[in-house]
Amino acid sequence: MKYLTLIWSNLRRRQLRSVLTVLSIFVAFLLFGFLCAIREAFSAGVKLADADRLIVRHKVSLIETLPVSYGARLALLPGVRQVTHMTWFGGIYQNPKNMFASFAVEGDRFFALYPEFILPPEQQDRWQQVRHGAVIGRSLAERFHWKVGDRIPLTSPIYGQPASQPAWEFEICGIFDTSKKGADTSGMYFRYDYFDEARPRGKGAVGWYIVRSEAAVGADAVAARIDREFANSPYETKAEPEGAFAAGFVQQIGDIGSILMAVLSAVFFTILLVAGNTMSQSVRERTEEIGVLKALGFPGGLVLLFVLAESCLIALLGGLAGLGASWGLLAAGNPVPQLLPLLYVPGEALAQGALMALGLGLVAGVLPAWYALRLRTAEALRRNG
Amino acid sequence: MSAAPLVSVRDVSKIFHRGSEDISVLAELNLAVEAGEFLALMGPSGSGKSTLLNLIGGLDRPTRGSVEVDGERIDQLSERALAAWRARHVGFVFQFYNLMPVLTAERNVELPLLLTNLTKRERREHARNALAVVGLSHRLEHYPRTLSGGEQQRVGIARAIASDPTLLLCDEPTGDLDRKSGDEILSLLQTLNEEQGKTIIMVTHDPYASARASRTVHLDKGQLVADQPT
Repeated sequence: MKYLTLIWSNLRRRQLRSVLTVLSIFVAFLLFGFLCAIREAFSAGVKLADADRLIVRHKVSLIETLPVSYGARLALLPGVRQVTHMTWFGGIYQNPKNMFASFAVEGDRFFALYPEFILPPEQQDRWQQVRHGAVIGRSLAERFHWKVGDRIPLTSPIYGQPASQPAWEFEICGIFDTSKKGADTSGMYFRYDYFDEARPRGKGAVGWYIVRSEAAVGADAVAARIDREFANSPYETKAEPEGAFAAGFVQQIGDIGSILMAVLSAVFFTILLVAGNTMSQSVRERTEEIGVLKALGFPGGLVLLFVLAESCLIALLGGLAGLGASWGLLAAGNPVPQLLPLLYVPGEALAQGALMALGLGLVAGVLPAWYALRLRTAEALRRNG
Repeated sequence: MSAAPLVSVRDVSKIFHRGSEDISVLAELNLAVEAGEFLALMGPSGSGKSTLLNLIGGLDRPTRGSVEVDGERIDQLSERALAAWRARHVGFVFQFYNLMPVLTAERNVELPLLLTNLTKRERREHARNALAVVGLSHRLEHYPRTLSGGEQQRVGIARAIASDPTLLLCDEPTGDLDRKSGDEILSLLQTLNEEQGKTIIMVTHDPYASARASRTVHLDKGQLVADQPT
């Protein structure tokens, strides 16, 4: 601790240079925080997937629908415990920028398949009574400041508007929370019976099925059984565990992890050069002072630690500020709720970022520190003469 | 004075290697300095006086021969032990003051005390005492850039005496100062020698400065050519 003043004072020597270096590191770690949040947003579905839950969709594409009659056939298959279905609606509130995830579901079965969503019983009862009722997630409610009892008009890019009505109108019967950290509460679910009756086309079709398998049988075995059941039919299926489905969905966009890694590698390599250059310049400028410290009796190892500490301090100042800013900005508000409803910097990314900042400081400081360690005292002092 | 000299330089040679060329700076040099002496090392540029000062201060090692200070062969110490020895036994005063520009006068003087086990309060007390000795109690919080050359050198001397070293080694301490400031510094060194019994070895070009010492040694081409009391 007694050396901290000396280390800190050295950072103030060239204030503009120190500030610019800290700023460049700040920006790099701000970017790191945002990219980790984006990666988390894409991979949350995979992480939160239920091991026993299966998604059954049309073999060709998720866009293709399946007959509603498949539900009864699925329920009869050995190894299948529960079945329900969902259909993408793509609700737009007021203008296309306000599009959010909305689905037609079976009101009486949906929450049984998704026990992580918590809805008060009286709200669940109300939803069963109101055909045009809907339940919404907490974050969606906060986004549009909706509350229970509100009536909200929506349009759909797929289904347009119901016959003889200017828009789909739903009554919010409940607001659900989640028991799983990071689970998505940005969606809206309304009753399929109302939706199927009112939609102008596609009646009797559903988007996909959600199946809970018997744990003893195993999700993969049940998936294979389902696909066999519907093989060579007009609506062949592709059944897969929820985690694999989520991973495949993300993969359609691209290998997000690799893209982020490539971007971050380039950024951090550049920052390493910037920080390393700053430290090298800073130490070379202080050759005589390092000589004086050694002449006063400071051992080489301690001088090496001073340089490394200074380098780490710069990296940690910029790094922690950048991470903190990325966390704070996303905690204050999601700038792209319609694209990535779950956008937050996960705790492990913050810890990883802090370690990376420390590592950056060590790597950037190691060569200048080695130079300081090896510097011969008499030679360093002679340069002044 | 003790029976054995405080500093004994015996048959010391120092050769620098510049590429394929060997440059002999000191050759078979012998010198003894008694405790309490104020010795001036004089000689033309390149005569080896700063090199000799560096060897006595443990900043460099002789190519041959031995350097003994207060009974300890410092030429045989490891780098780490030598650093610890310097912290305990030597105070350096440099021609260009070599203060840390980012630290106040008080913090500069406190620097060598960071290597001791003193508490923060004790370090501050020692630093303030040293600055009082050199007459700069009113400049504690001043940064070097706000001090005159003479004041900066006095801070340098305060730093050198803060840890109460055995030896004060001064490399042209008045070389960068005007006559008046130089005179003040020499008076200060003389006071430290006479009133506090500090052993001082001072490199200088200036006969006026060497006249303030109790003994003057002349070097030329790496050899001791004259040794006389002043």
